[in-house]
Amino acid sequence: MSAIAKALPNLRPEEMEDPKEHLMHDPLPRGEMNRMVLESMHTTTWKYWTVVTILAFLVVTCLGYAWYYLIMQGLGVSGDNRPVYWGVFLVNFVYWIGISHSGTLTSAILRVLKIESRRPFTRVAELMTAFAIVNAGLSIFMHMGRVWLAYWLIPYPNERGIWPDFHSPLMWDFMAITTYLICSSLYLYLPLIPDLAMVRDRSKGWVKTFYKIFAIGFRGTEGEWKNLHLAMNIFAFAIIPVAFSVHTIVAWDFAMATRPGWSSSVLGPYFVAGALLSGVAAVPIVLFFVRSTMKNMKYFLRPEHFDTVGKMLLIISMGWAYFYFNDYIVPWYAGDKWEKILTLFIEAGPQAWLWYLMLFCNIVVPWSVLWRKKWRQTPWLMAIVGILINVGMYTERYIIVPEMSTINRMPFTWHIYIPRVEVILTIGTFALFLLLYFAASRILPLIPNWEVQEGQEGHILRKIGKAKIPTISQID
Amino acid sequence: MPKELKSPTSSANTAQDVQGIWGMVVDQDLCTGCQACVAACSMENNVPFVGEVDAGYGRSMQWIRIERFWQGSYPNIKATPYQPVMCQNCHNAPCEPVCPVYASVHSLSEDLNLQVYNRCVGTRYCANNCPYEARVFNWRDYMDPRQRPELVTLANHFNPDVTVRRRGVMEKCTFCIQRIRHAEDTAASENRDIRDGEVVPACAQACPASAITFGRIDDPTTKVSQAADTSRGSHLLEELGTIPHVTYLAGGA
Repeated sequence: MSAIAKALPNLRPEEMEDPKEHLMHDPLPRGEMNRMVLESMHTTTWKYWTVVTILAFLVVTCLGYAWYYLIMQGLGVSGDNRPVYWGVFLVNFVYWIGISHSGTLTSAILRVLKIESRRPFTRVAELMTAFAIVNAGLSIFMHMGRVWLAYWLIPYPNERGIWPDFHSPLMWDFMAITTYLICSSLYLYLPLIPDLAMVRDRSKGWVKTFYKIFAIGFRGTEGEWKNLHLAMNIFAFAIIPVAFSVHTIVAWDFAMATRPGWSSSVLGPYFVAGALLSGVAAVPIVLFFVRSTMKNMKYFLRPEHFDTVGKMLLIISMGWAYFYFNDYIVPWYAGDKWEKILTLFIEAGPQAWLWYLMLFCNIVVPWSVLWRKKWRQTPWLMAIVGILINVGMYTERYIIVPEMSTINRMPFTWHIYIPRVEVILTIGTFALFLLLYFAASRILPLIPNWEVQEGQEGHILRKIGKAKIPTISQID
Repeated sequence: MPKELKSPTSSANTAQDVQGIWGMVVDQDLCTGCQACVAACSMENNVPFVGEVDAGYGRSMQWIRIERFWQGSYPNIKATPYQPVMCQNCHNAPCEPVCPVYASVHSLSEDLNLQVYNRCVGTRYCANNCPYEARVFNWRDYMDPRQRPELVTLANHFNPDVTVRRRGVMEKCTFCIQRIRHAEDTAASENRDIRDGEVVPACAQACPASAITFGRIDDPTTKVSQAADTSRGSHLLEELGTIPHVTYLAGGA
């Protein structure tokens, strides 16, 4: 410590930390790390099975049975009415699409920018992408009046010669989500291959067969690594515009409509900012629970990783606020009659507390916590901030979908919306998300082990005089 | 795939295909707000009655509704004229391009908005995009006697010319297209054009004050064209550029 201070006298005290605090400078033998990751997958306690049982029960009842009831009875059991034709199902849809941005942003952008501290937690985020899109798709199907005819949205040749209407933003949506699901699944799968091969080599019996299939014969030759890096590089760059376009198109579902509040040209980038905010905020929540419940994870997931996410979160929260006030203040200032009524309804109407909750969770909380490194490095605090931002972003979507559609240009039809069966189905989707995550944590290595090892090889503590200076060699 | 099948929007592309543009004039100075049009419309078009609870929650399914507002604060209240609002059958309808499955389509030959019930999958985007809130949704199987046993006696009261819709389907005022078709068939079999006043939708037929006039607005000699062509006429939410086919007359009384 003091040696560093002597070698580099300009360093501030908070920067004079032990380099061993960083995962990249604290390497373990490869075999040991592989063992630790495998152990984290294979260790299941009674607590794990209790939670899984509860989640499975919730999925069967709250998702399975409630949806069956909804389909058989019709949407009358939901809270939708005229004029609020789009209720909590669409809120859930936008929310889950937003969560799905966690994987893309924290993984692809950090990979493209070569931020080294991304290495241990990219997969945790990418898994969220995959499972959140599943929930987003389910929410759309729950929303449909005749879901048994949902295949009519697929352009397939049929005897009536009718294709879906590509003028409709819902068709763009359908296409964008399908593209995003495929791309993000591949993007999740590519860096998983070497880890699956690692598990394959250390398992027996039918389990080995399972991993053998999904590791597609990866042996770790030089050519395979080269191809893998090339493919991952292409995907990391390509998936960023895909993710941006997906959420812009989600915004266009609203922005293309002739409704006050929705019809806004800034809604596309605003939704992207909102998706990034809720998506990245979901990362510290999952990191915290993975770190505190799974074995050996305290070695891989360290305060420095929460720090990285916290910095991103602070910037994104500011970006979101910028877009929000552009979307909110400018139409109000323009003075359109209906926009003014809508503004008044949102900030002073019967559900105004939602608006204040949103501003508190999305602006006050991150801006007052995330500026301090010590707090950013406190995992439980980051988890709480993440949860609060997600509450705020869910509220924001609730304001945009049912609350804004309460006010239209025909005041005779105004009606307040109260969710009914949607609440149960929302619990079901959250349970499904967690259940998929719990299952994945025992099937897939949650830590991209080879990426961590690769990073550790590139990070060296170089001796300059008596001090050890952290240096990084170019890896890819 | 057979070649003669075309997508629904391309059925009439030329001016010769136009079979008459239908429009309506509602005289708010004559309207007494008696709701006879609402009842007649429901009878004619098999529009279900949703019951007290659902209607109170904003799910009543009338294709035509009578709007009225109070202006001012309590002691000095002035009531606005009664305003029957139905689908305005816009020329430039916002509900049409947003349907992903072509359930909400435009009839180029008659310039009407059509709703194809058996194609509708219930995304409800059309209703969201309708600035007049003229569309209504089948939230439940309101017309299914298995769900509502009291309807068994009503089973023979349905209009056989109009489809009974099931749950999950959007619907709206059609300008009583079954009556337009009937008049067209009659005129064709008698080898003549449709006479002015031959097509009367249920709401106009029931109106005791004759506040609703219906007919072809592409022909300047019809009653509806002459009524619309007064200084009292206006369109609902004209500034949106939807070009509605319903003209409201007010301010003459």
